[in-house]
Amino acid sequence: MKARVTVTLKTGILDPQGKAIEGALRSLGLAGVASVRQGKVFDIEIEGSDPAKAEALLKQAADRLLANTVIENYRVDVLG
Amino acid sequence: MKAAVVVFPGINRERDMARTLALVSGVAPAMVWHADTALPPGTDLVVIPGGFSYGDYLRCGAIAARSPIMEAVRAHAAKGGLTLGVCNGFQILCEAGLLPGVLMRNARLRFICRDVYLRVEHSDSPFTRGYNGGQVIRVPVAHGEGNYIADADTIVRLEGEGRVLFRYCSPEGDLDPAWNVNGATNAIAGIVGERGNVLGMMPHPENHVEAALGVTDGRGLFAGLVEALKRAA
Repeated sequence: MKARVTVTLKTGILDPQGKAIEGALRSLGLAGVASVRQGKVFDIEIEGSDPAKAEALLKQAADRLLANTVIENYRVDVLG
Repeated sequence: MKAAVVVFPGINRERDMARTLALVSGVAPAMVWHADTALPPGTDLVVIPGGFSYGDYLRCGAIAARSPIMEAVRAHAAKGGLTLGVCNGFQILCEAGLLPGVLMRNARLRFICRDVYLRVEHSDSPFTRGYNGGQVIRVPVAHGEGNYIADADTIVRLEGEGRVLFRYCSPEGDLDPAWNVNGATNAIAGIVGERGNVLGMMPHPENHVEAALGVTDGRGLFAGLVEALKRAA
């Protein structure tokens, strides 16, 4: 099974990298970019075929390693 | 003082640390590999040195914080054992949950490698007993992610409980944003855990201990630890 974990910064956490990217997009002349926040995507292959089990496993993976929940939120998508 | 320096792949300050510990305490520390599961018996002080463990992959210190030796470090800290994390070591202690908060990217996004001034907030700690409260010391920093943040409640607790031991300051000891090199909350450069036996700090006191280098301001931290252990014995 394929799955994706998306990790994003919590609201209110400063993201200087996102700010720099935002500035670079503006300097490319791309009008209409209001703001940028940078995050991470993990594409993960899961053994077995039980989506509920896969989701539970990935939540553990995110809580224990993939995300630092002091500053980051995560989302788990089991893609089947 | 029986010290143990933990070595992770990608760490590069372990020899500076070992040299300083040997110089100040008179006893060479044990070097402990990250895949080991135990510290040498009778270890008084565990040091997690600076560097770039696992190439800073995922987040600085994130992978090192989950390595086998960290269970032993956690047990050592839980029974009140002295534990010091410098630079990447501070990041690792935060990632391991032994200290609260996170070290974020420096506010101005640059890697900073130079001497800074630190104000020692008080001397009522085994880590600062070699200094006077309010004393300003000069030590180097070398980091890209040293911008300390934590949620508002944690900051209030750290401040209220006197757990901030070092702050970035001017040479006169003033807290001016211009001297807060990485933009850390409240200019925090080093904090201790709830029981006061675990210190994490971004600057490198181990690099300013020998007169040949012109500055020995870092020596007080290690000399203070030796003294604290002697008194406890």
